[in-house]
Amino acid sequence: MSTSPTTAAPPAATVRTPRTGMLALFGIAAVAVMLVAPFGVYPVFLMKVMCFALFACAFNLLLGYTGLLSFGHAMFFGGAAYICAHTIKVLGFSPEIGILAGVAFAAFLGLLAGLLAIRRQGIYFAMVTLALAQMFFFFCLQAPFTGGEDGLQGVPRRPLFGLIDISKDINLYYVVLAIFVFGFLVIYRTIHSPFGHVLKAIRENEPRAISLGYRANQYKLLAFVLSAALTGLAGSTKVLVFQLASLTDVAWQMSGEVVLMTLVGGMGTILGPIVGAAIIVTMQNYLAGLGEWVLVIQGVIFVAAVSLFRRGIVGEIIAIVSYYRSGKQQP
Amino acid sequence: MFELLGIPPQALFGQLLLGLINGAFYAMLSLGLAVIFGLLNVINFTHGAQYMMGAFGAWMLLNYLGIPFWGALVLSPLVVAVIGMVIERTLLRRLYHLDHLYGLLLTFGLALIIEGLFRRQYGSSGLPYDNPLPGGTNLGFMFLPNYRGFVVVASLVVCLATWYVIERTKLGSYLRAATERPDLVQAFGIDVPRMITLTYGFGVGLAALAGVLAAPAYQVSPTMGSNLIIIVFAVVVIGGMGSIMGAIVTGFGLGVIEGLTKVFYPEASSTVIFVIMAIVLMVKPAGLFGTAK
Repeated sequence: MSTSPTTAAPPAATVRTPRTGMLALFGIAAVAVMLVAPFGVYPVFLMKVMCFALFACAFNLLLGYTGLLSFGHAMFFGGAAYICAHTIKVLGFSPEIGILAGVAFAAFLGLLAGLLAIRRQGIYFAMVTLALAQMFFFFCLQAPFTGGEDGLQGVPRRPLFGLIDISKDINLYYVVLAIFVFGFLVIYRTIHSPFGHVLKAIRENEPRAISLGYRANQYKLLAFVLSAALTGLAGSTKVLVFQLASLTDVAWQMSGEVVLMTLVGGMGTILGPIVGAAIIVTMQNYLAGLGEWVLVIQGVIFVAAVSLFRRGIVGEIIAIVSYYRSGKQQP
Repeated sequence: MFELLGIPPQALFGQLLLGLINGAFYAMLSLGLAVIFGLLNVINFTHGAQYMMGAFGAWMLLNYLGIPFWGALVLSPLVVAVIGMVIERTLLRRLYHLDHLYGLLLTFGLALIIEGLFRRQYGSSGLPYDNPLPGGTNLGFMFLPNYRGFVVVASLVVCLATWYVIERTKLGSYLRAATERPDLVQAFGIDVPRMITLTYGFGVGLAALAGVLAAPAYQVSPTMGSNLIIIVFAVVVIGGMGSIMGAIVTGFGLGVIEGLTKVFYPEASSTVIFVIMAIVLMVKPAGLFGTAK
């Protein structure tokens, strides 16, 4: 029991994390690349990738580090998008207020949904979150302020803090980059805090964590709310980029997409969701003309990821690297 | 003509009947989910897609081969069940030793593939399927379309027969034993892997049968399954997957409640089952018929 607590929980538990110094260096290099990237690549595409990468990272906090599979994260993403769009477009507030409102709403919704969902475990947790998200979808479909099938279109890009002109894509790009880095650092910090370690303990062996005196449900709820709030941050930022909040953002397909991104990139790895989001968003961009085939291809990727590379791309790379470093047999 | 709470009885009983039909589908689908989960420990997300395949099977048999509804009622579930068993043998089987999540994710991916293929071939709008039992009977207080009455009776018979086989026959006792302790049952010389395959085929066939029954009642459409399966998940959470009878009762009951909501407060009809789920989670988290797990 004391040597290997990994039973049937999600993988990547035994994977070693690289040294912090290396990671900081890598992070600085990555940010440097992102600073010059919009001069080579279409900025709106990069912003879309960052929004979904933040979404997937927030989702991964729950799935990868707490072991909770939420199949309803679209409600936080799309819910925050609606609130943010409404605050900016209809109520006439500035973008930063809109984002704050979206995040606050997502956190509140996360608290409500979390209180209900953590009452069941494992597979039921996934079904409960899916059902709650579907309820929220029908609510959005009927509620007058969401604009029904049309959604909220043409959300204005007013100056951020009254100073920064975000109507230009290139300016908005750096704002989105700052938001993304902020969200990522919050998640990184959370994972490596004592709180994050308790979450991992719950993921590995919940009864044992409880027997050690941790109130597992409170930790799970807090992780859920945190994940929902960060998802809301991603959803609100998406509104600034596309100036649109629509039913697509709250539909169950969106919940499935974020699961796919995390799974492909590698759940329980820090960089996995970013890689996964980049791959899936790129694929959707290139294959948009193929219509229904996108759904089929996503399904095939799901099946392939589950059957062939369960650790995800980043997870498999880490496993290979640590295999060669340690020279030991990896499972 | 008398009225109940200001609602004309025609409308009330009409919606009640529609609710019973929906409930019949909820019951058959949640029954299949429960049987599969019991033995395989997999939540079959493909269930909705397989329900849709059943309906499309009936449509294809009629339009491509000229086989009428009554033939399709037998053939279509069989074909879908065989496809399901192939999936179990080739893909699902390799995930049993892993966390339940992977089974859910795999079947979710399969559902996307199936729905995508059908949408690509037949578009998102529905295809009509002729009513095999036109006409109706006047019951005095309401007009009962023959086919709707048939759906309710047929699904009730199928559900009760399933309950009987699982709870009262020797075959069912093997199944229940394997659900509890597959290793021990295997040691007694029963071929558990084959039983798992057949059970999956049976659950899938049940979903396809519901699909065939749904074809004349609704339109045949590629999205009919994904819309339904999420509601069925809520039904399963409400009922708990521990009991066969529980799944049947919860399915029909929730269908009727949904039908009544359509009469008295239509705005809430699409969300009422989810609201009930939330209440059940607060009051009895294990589900009405479930045991804590």
